[in-house]
Amino acid sequence: MSAAPQKARAGAEKIDVVVAAVVPVNELVTRFEFRRPDGAEFPPFSAGAHTVVEMHDEGRTRLNPYSLMSDPGDRSLYAISVRRDDEGRGGSLYMHRHVKPGDAMTITYPVNLFPLDLRARKHVFFAGGIGITPFMAMIAQLEQSNGNWELHYACRSAALGSYADELRGKYPNKAHIYYDDQEQAIALDDLLSGQPLGTHVYVCGPKGMIAWVKTRAAALGWPDEAVHSEEFLAPQPGAPFEVRLCKSDLVIQVGEHESLLEAIERAGVDAPFLCRGGACGQCETDVVELDGEIVHRDHWLDEAEHASGKKIMPCVSRFVGKTLVLDR
Amino acid sequence: MSKFQFPESITSRPVYGTLAPRPGKAHLMIADAEGAEALLDLAAQDAGLMAKAHILYIPKGTGETYVEKLRAAGPAQLYIGPSYAASVQRLRRVLSDAHMGLQVYLAGTEGLMGQAMNEAVSAGIPHSAIQTEHRGSTARRMQCVHCKGITEDVTTDPFVCSHCGLNLFVRDHYSRRLAAFQGVCIDAEDPGEIPPAKELYS
Amino acid sequence: MTIQFNNETFRDDYSFRNSPWAIKRFPFPFHEDSYMYSVNMEQHRGGPAGSVYEKRFDVDEHYLSEMRDRAIVLAEDPLRCQSLPHMTLAGWDTLELIMTCKAEDYPDLFELHRDGNRWRWINKPMGIDQSFTFLDETTLPCGPLEYITRQTQGDFAVLDQRDEMLWMDAGMVTTQADWSLDFDIGMNFFEWHAPVPLAHEMGIFQRALKFLLNVQQGAPARRLNWTMTVNPLLDTSPENYHKWGVQKTTLTPENIGAKQHLRVELQTFFRLPRSNALLFPIRCYLIAFQDVVSVPKWGRRLHRVVRDLPEELATYKGFIRNRPMMIDYLSRFDDGLPTSPGVWPDLETEPPLQK
Repeated sequence: MSAAPQKARAGAEKIDVVVAAVVPVNELVTRFEFRRPDGAEFPPFSAGAHTVVEMHDEGRTRLNPYSLMSDPGDRSLYAISVRRDDEGRGGSLYMHRHVKPGDAMTITYPVNLFPLDLRARKHVFFAGGIGITPFMAMIAQLEQSNGNWELHYACRSAALGSYADELRGKYPNKAHIYYDDQEQAIALDDLLSGQPLGTHVYVCGPKGMIAWVKTRAAALGWPDEAVHSEEFLAPQPGAPFEVRLCKSDLVIQVGEHESLLEAIERAGVDAPFLCRGGACGQCETDVVELDGEIVHRDHWLDEAEHASGKKIMPCVSRFVGKTLVLDR
Repeated sequence: MSKFQFPESITSRPVYGTLAPRPGKAHLMIADAEGAEALLDLAAQDAGLMAKAHILYIPKGTGETYVEKLRAAGPAQLYIGPSYAASVQRLRRVLSDAHMGLQVYLAGTEGLMGQAMNEAVSAGIPHSAIQTEHRGSTARRMQCVHCKGITEDVTTDPFVCSHCGLNLFVRDHYSRRLAAFQGVCIDAEDPGEIPPAKELYS
Repeated sequence: MTIQFNNETFRDDYSFRNSPWAIKRFPFPFHEDSYMYSVNMEQHRGGPAGSVYEKRFDVDEHYLSEMRDRAIVLAEDPLRCQSLPHMTLAGWDTLELIMTCKAEDYPDLFELHRDGNRWRWINKPMGIDQSFTFLDETTLPCGPLEYITRQTQGDFAVLDQRDEMLWMDAGMVTTQADWSLDFDIGMNFFEWHAPVPLAHEMGIFQRALKFLLNVQQGAPARRLNWTMTVNPLLDTSPENYHKWGVQKTTLTPENIGAKQHLRVELQTFFRLPRSNALLFPIRCYLIAFQDVVSVPKWGRRLHRVVRDLPEELATYKGFIRNRPMMIDYLSRFDDGLPTSPGVWPDLETEPPLQK
């Protein structure tokens, strides 16, 4: 009804930041701390939220989501921790190799797809590797509000246990660390069997760990609504393929190391997105014509929608075959 | 078989299912009157389940009809209560010590299922994880939106609020929190014009 | 900006009146000559200067009188404002949002001074000067949601976001179009909309939910909804329906211009930062038919909308019994001329009534 109808802009609102610190945590993980150039406060956020960091890497724009690990109550800085992935698409390598203190960058307002359930009487966290990051913020938030929490954190080794010493030092009774190389394993079934009603479980880590916790919880009778997970779905590389965008009347080539969404953006087409990790549904696109197979990698569409071939989530999914025409 | 086929209705109107065995170490079953039939059907599906089950049963008008059959199903604990109200303290005690993974099965009248569900939800089990199966009476718990009083066992539309005396029509709009349907004054715009009461679902 | 605040009532003698300023800026909801449900969301990012869309939380001449009416409703029925225990943080989010927006948008009327968590809020029109500690309920006279919404026009539903769904877990509801917070609190998006006819089958709520789940911080949205009320009665609650329902029968061809009101809800949606909940303000604007028709385009259009509205909608919106009288009255202001698209009065370009 407004005189100048406002079209929604793709992605969340942006914030200009300055890199305040780049802190190596261990051989694989580096923490990046951001401040605002005018010294202004950051927006408050709810623990579990992530921000999408914009990177300009030799002419290619990358947008990668990272969990905010800083204390939501501290509005003077935002912090993320990035695990270097030498086999990945280059986002983490870019962060590790090119980002220096003093650099100006653009990140987004926080977006939360992995919130705490504030009705819970108790929160039990299962973290694997870099999956510890959202829990750092959650623990800070719950400590502020006298919440009841417990952490079980599996690391490959003491050397690679990001923040493990800090957590164990501050919360000796609540933070439990397990080192793979010392054969220490989370006694999952025992832990899941004795929790009081009103407990919620949260797991963040590798795909396998998430599947393990969800499967055991279901087998022990836990309702799905009490088990929450976040997987950092980086778009996987794959064989290049061609796509026709019928609305824009363009044919684009999706390269091996870019996602379909990135290729669409590279072609100058404004496609909606939010999380860039296959979880939020915002980039859902209609398939107009299909001769081949869509490789679905998202957590948004249901089985029927995956099978129908009528929808695709371009942020993470790919295509193999002759013809793919999208409604963009 | 006392299972009623509820007509299709609005989204807030609860829809009941059929009890099915679920994985878990502990099982809590609460039923009234003909709801016992649903528990017996469940036992027939999985006899081993009953050995881990705690049953709270309120026979109401059915008297002794189902009591022995329930006992014969071999539950770990069986409580026969004179009324739902009398059984609430016991229910709360059981829930206070329960662990996540407890399976809850409710069967019988809407009023019993709604109230028992509230106890389980307050204790920390998500409502969608609680199984329900309707059996027996289709009488409703109705909340008068004007005085907030709940009138039990309503079978006609309209009906008289047992607290404030207003004539209320029966809505399908249902509140899980109150475990009751909504009753609204039927003659607000035409005072005194009250249509003759009809049986619900007739 | 200086606003002249009215001293008027929304009950008993109904002294409520809209000034010419209020009439011109009224949020007329119909952009075409007919009405059907749609997911009519847009960004809440300002609007024409002086319009109800310009500020994040619009303050108008009815401010003080509305707050007085709210206080009366709450004194009679405290259940109109409730907050489930886990929603206190969302209440603080709401307080922070409203205080910061109003202090920025109306600096002559509101001030917010913050020193860490020690805040001081000054509400000049209401004569309030409150120092308190942010996030500490013991330092406010009542919970944060109730505290700030007793000073803000419109109803407020606070929606928790869990399991890909929105849950109405808190609210301040005293100017509602016939729904009960006490009954609906705890329901999810589809459940509290259950009584709305046709819309579910049209998929309206599925699409609306998807949109709302993705409303992000810093990017609020808005839409309009509408209904009809006899007399400028704000408290058209189900709770009091047995008292106000009969007013519908007091309409006559002589008094309909003054008594029949178009009731428009400006609904906005804000993502709340610390709780990740969604704030859903529902701001009610009332206008008498005789004032609507003083804008020629609106007179023509309102007649056509009311005349052609599907019966289920007129019934659900509660005015089916008075519709014939409304059409009779409104037809006098419809000369059959075409109307410009959009909701604006377009007084310069739309011709006066040719009858």
